[in-house]
Amino acid sequence: MDKYILKYFNLIRTIIAILIGVFICILIIFIISKDPQNGLRYFFLGPFSSTGRFGNVIEMASPIILCGLAISIPFQAEQFNVGAEGALFIAAAVTTGFGVSTSFPKIIHIPLMILVAGGVGAIWGFIPGILKAKWKASELVITLMMNYVALYLSLYIINFHFRDKKAGFLVSYQLPKTAWFDQFIKNTRIHYGVILTIIFIILVYILLYKTKLGYEIRMTGMNINFAKYGGINTFKIIVLSQVIGGFIAGIAGISEVMGIHRRFNWQGTPGYGWDGVVVAIIGRNHPILIAFASIFIAYLRVSGQVLNLLTDIPAEIVTILESIIILLITAEAFLTQWKYRITVREAEKKEVKIESPS
Amino acid sequence: MGVILSVKNIVKVYPNGVVANKGVSLDVEEGTIHAIVGENGAGKTTLMKIVFGIEESQEGQIFFKGKRIKIKNPYDAIKNGIGMVHQHFMLAQDLTVYENLLLGIEPKRGIFLNTKEAIEITKKVSNDYGLSVPFDKKIKDLPIGLRQRVEILKALIRNAELLILDEPTSVLTPQETEVLFNTLKALKKAGKTIIFISHKLKEVLEIADKVTIMRDGKIVVTKDAKELNEHEIAYLMVGREISFERIPPNDKQGEVIFEAQDISFINEDNVKVLKGVSFKLKSYEILGLCGIEGNGQTELVEILTGLRRPLTGKILLKDKEITNLLPREIREKRVSHIPEDRMKDGVADRATVEENIIVDRYYKKGFSGRLLLKEKEIENHSNELIRKFNILTFSSKNPVSSLSGGNIQKVVVARELSSNPLIIIADQPTRGIDVGSEELVHNLLKDARDNGAGIFLVSADLDEILKLSTRILVIYNGEIVKEFINQEGLTGRDLGPYMLGLKKEKDNG
Amino acid sequence: MNPLLKSILSPSFGFAILRVMTPILFASIGVAFSALAGSINISLEGTMLISAFFGVIVSAFTKSLTLGLISGILAGIGLASILAYFHLKLKADIILAAIALNMFASGFTIFLLYIFAKDKGTSSSLKSLVFPSIQIPILKDIPILGEIISGHNILTYLALLSILIFFIIIFKTPLGLRIRAVGQNPDAASSVGINVNKIKFYALLLSGIFGALGGLYLSMGYVSWFARDMTAGRGFIAIAASNLGAHLPLGVFLASILFGILNTIAIYLASLQVPSEFIQMIPYIATIITLTIYSIQASRKKRKL
Repeated sequence: MDKYILKYFNLIRTIIAILIGVFICILIIFIISKDPQNGLRYFFLGPFSSTGRFGNVIEMASPIILCGLAISIPFQAEQFNVGAEGALFIAAAVTTGFGVSTSFPKIIHIPLMILVAGGVGAIWGFIPGILKAKWKASELVITLMMNYVALYLSLYIINFHFRDKKAGFLVSYQLPKTAWFDQFIKNTRIHYGVILTIIFIILVYILLYKTKLGYEIRMTGMNINFAKYGGINTFKIIVLSQVIGGFIAGIAGISEVMGIHRRFNWQGTPGYGWDGVVVAIIGRNHPILIAFASIFIAYLRVSGQVLNLLTDIPAEIVTILESIIILLITAEAFLTQWKYRITVREAEKKEVKIESPS
Repeated sequence: MGVILSVKNIVKVYPNGVVANKGVSLDVEEGTIHAIVGENGAGKTTLMKIVFGIEESQEGQIFFKGKRIKIKNPYDAIKNGIGMVHQHFMLAQDLTVYENLLLGIEPKRGIFLNTKEAIEITKKVSNDYGLSVPFDKKIKDLPIGLRQRVEILKALIRNAELLILDEPTSVLTPQETEVLFNTLKALKKAGKTIIFISHKLKEVLEIADKVTIMRDGKIVVTKDAKELNEHEIAYLMVGREISFERIPPNDKQGEVIFEAQDISFINEDNVKVLKGVSFKLKSYEILGLCGIEGNGQTELVEILTGLRRPLTGKILLKDKEITNLLPREIREKRVSHIPEDRMKDGVADRATVEENIIVDRYYKKGFSGRLLLKEKEIENHSNELIRKFNILTFSSKNPVSSLSGGNIQKVVVARELSSNPLIIIADQPTRGIDVGSEELVHNLLKDARDNGAGIFLVSADLDEILKLSTRILVIYNGEIVKEFINQEGLTGRDLGPYMLGLKKEKDNG
Repeated sequence: MNPLLKSILSPSFGFAILRVMTPILFASIGVAFSALAGSINISLEGTMLISAFFGVIVSAFTKSLTLGLISGILAGIGLASILAYFHLKLKADIILAAIALNMFASGFTIFLLYIFAKDKGTSSSLKSLVFPSIQIPILKDIPILGEIISGHNILTYLALLSILIFFIIIFKTPLGLRIRAVGQNPDAASSVGINVNKIKFYALLLSGIFGALGGLYLSMGYVSWFARDMTAGRGFIAIAASNLGAHLPLGVFLASILFGILNTIAIYLASLQVPSEFIQMIPYIATIITLTIYSIQASRKKRKL
């Protein structure tokens, strides 16, 4: 029993963290809601209440997964890049502009849109990458600032160049149908971009764990001196990890636009980039775990929406839940006493085995 | 004079499962210099960390001056009169000497610091023990010998009666060591008790009254120093004879394969740390570079391995210049490097043994295709090396962090020597590893030499230099000040004056 | 004369700089304390937010400015304490934990805002109090200087005073010495019996207090209500400013002035027809540029491959 606990310790810890967070939320619901039973029902089962809602979980998970993958790559190289939010926003803005001003047959338009978005995101990731590689400028601060630059730059681009004056709000022209990801499941908004996300999960897994580049990224992250001495071009890796991350983040942005909104209608950044940081942490930078974590988060968000709509509980309870879970997960020493006691027991068992006569 | 410190049945298990102390009991008599020796992993540093409160034991008791005491942190230890001088100095670089000395016991005027009184106290304790220090200089501006002195004063200023020194001479020259030993003798005369942890058996026998030998987490024996000699101690430490014999030089006349010409370098503090260093390395030889740490060796090795660019000068490999090549390019020219700090530069401890072994060759044809790694080949290769170099690990997929220090170094050595290098730059290759592993590494270097490699051995361990080198260079203050041919009769006393800058090649006698 | 230039050279520009600078100065000092102790606190965005909220709510319901002030500061200390607990006791990475706390503060304040003010946008339905502005007796009559310096909110003067307090604490008290020692070499500090975690905790507490003052100013001085996410990245600018000032009193002060000036120019430019988005970008681009320049200089000194 002890052996299994040690092996799956991290997983067990994550699950306990989630349970604690959920428990706290249940408490909050009981305190503030006039109808806690209903509140709890919607909190846990909201997303299952209709096909559409369940579809929401999948649709919402898709950009979060992509952003999580995008963040995990620089994270594996120990680069604290939090710029997926900005990258996805500006890639979406520029690519929307491209999409509404060009016309191609669908089979060309879609791949082009994807490439343009990836390209813009890659460029956006290049900047903090090169500044860090060359001059050790803190990528944390720079990407933080660049998120704001991306926000304002994108709003400028859309509002001053691609604004649809006929629409009531500050939004862009609608994308031509040739640039849409079609929704292919009835009663939901699940679109082909979701398939693209699944493909990316596989691609990122292969990249990180099966390729030379992935090995270089991970070794750079584990010990940059070791990597340098060993001959890895860590300069290239630092830049490349952010460029690849930006590329994927850019695709996350345009995928949303092409699949759900069909025009650029964000007034502020949607938050997927930050969600990406969260799921990358929860998923320990591993593509499969990131996918699970993202579905979990999306599930919570949809629950939040249902709560907002049908109860007197604000959706922000979900944000609170997430932050509690992250706090508990990043607490390395959380439950470590328990692990230590088990380790000591195992070690003593081994000693006894050696000492006793055969 | 009775027993000042008595520990009984100390058991310590680290979180990673390592049992460092297995029921250790020891008595230290007041007013003596008591040495504790043992290989790395023997448990001596752990034991002292427990006495000083840096670590806590699972079982066992500590008695000080006959009374049972509980030590949960350094504060408790200090309160009881126990002080410790650590191997890596515990000083704040940007603070002054007096700020470091009075840290934690700052004299106050109301809620403010009383700087004047702090300086007075510093001067007084300095005079009382005859240890002078420049009180208002920042630590980062002081040489190593003085920094250690500040460390000792730190303990004395807090009324330590038992002083624990952990490998105090590892950064000192023979001359500075003598100064330290005189200090210790004076402190002993003043009634202090000293516990002295060391690898250096010669010094131990010179200064200690009593010697305790630890092995594998247990005490082997405690004896009066005059009843022991080095060979006996070494035997007790590992249970077999250790040779201190010099290895015979290789008879083959090698040719020059590696050359440094006039290497100079200025560091970020604008100090010229290398001033025109030149040397030639031949195949079939081991060229030893000895010197006190901090005289340019670290920067020199970084330049030779492609991690730094020199200000001036060239590095030639068989007459071709390689000065500004990248680390990978230098490796491809068959130059290997065993780094000084294996945890910092030699391995990624969270990565597996496999991943650590292949870092210099993963991109080559046998180990990967155009994009993908060839996992089976990598695994086989790693297992082969694990066997050949006797690395103790359950599997090649274990993280390196689960290995002991000696085995981690074996991983590094396995990687660096298995690429059939022409030139090996070995920087402190046996620092902090057990005697058994040390001998293995020495033999491997000797074998590499006999196969035609040229080895540039940088070491602060004079015994190692004297044992292995064909020729010896002494570096002081960024310059090569003397070259010796290694032979019988050459000792640390010959090298010391050059290492301290008291003598240079131009001097005669 | 060019209307823009005229505006910049007028005393009201100087006045505006001091107004805009206040929250940044408070928050930067908070960051600096934590950075000097080696545990940089990047959750000041959340700290300011939560203090801004509680100041407004408590002052609205109790009609007491003092209670509002105290609860704001307690909220800031509370968030900082949670950060300290998770980082020091439970060994959480301080950056990740801070990110979680920023997220928490944002969600929590909106959550409570909805519950207390029935509005997810602002608290304007509640009548909360503000800190008073004061005229300084003799200074206010000096021709140009007087218009710039006098008439500010009391918290603005406190912010300027805080630089001095920061200096005194760090360089003239035992706590400050220990904070610096812990930041430079925690092992050195613990080897003389100093409880490193305790010192870091104090540093984080201090960062919480100063962050709280910054937040209180925002919702009870700069404007007189709480709005969701009203800190608008100031907590992050504070990180940049503190970095730029090497976390030391004089540097942090100058860096805050710089950001105050840039922010104010942005506001002034808005009165002309330049697309406002470009103006709003300026402080962030400026931070990137200054941080890059700083890094270039720092790396010139090192010169490794």
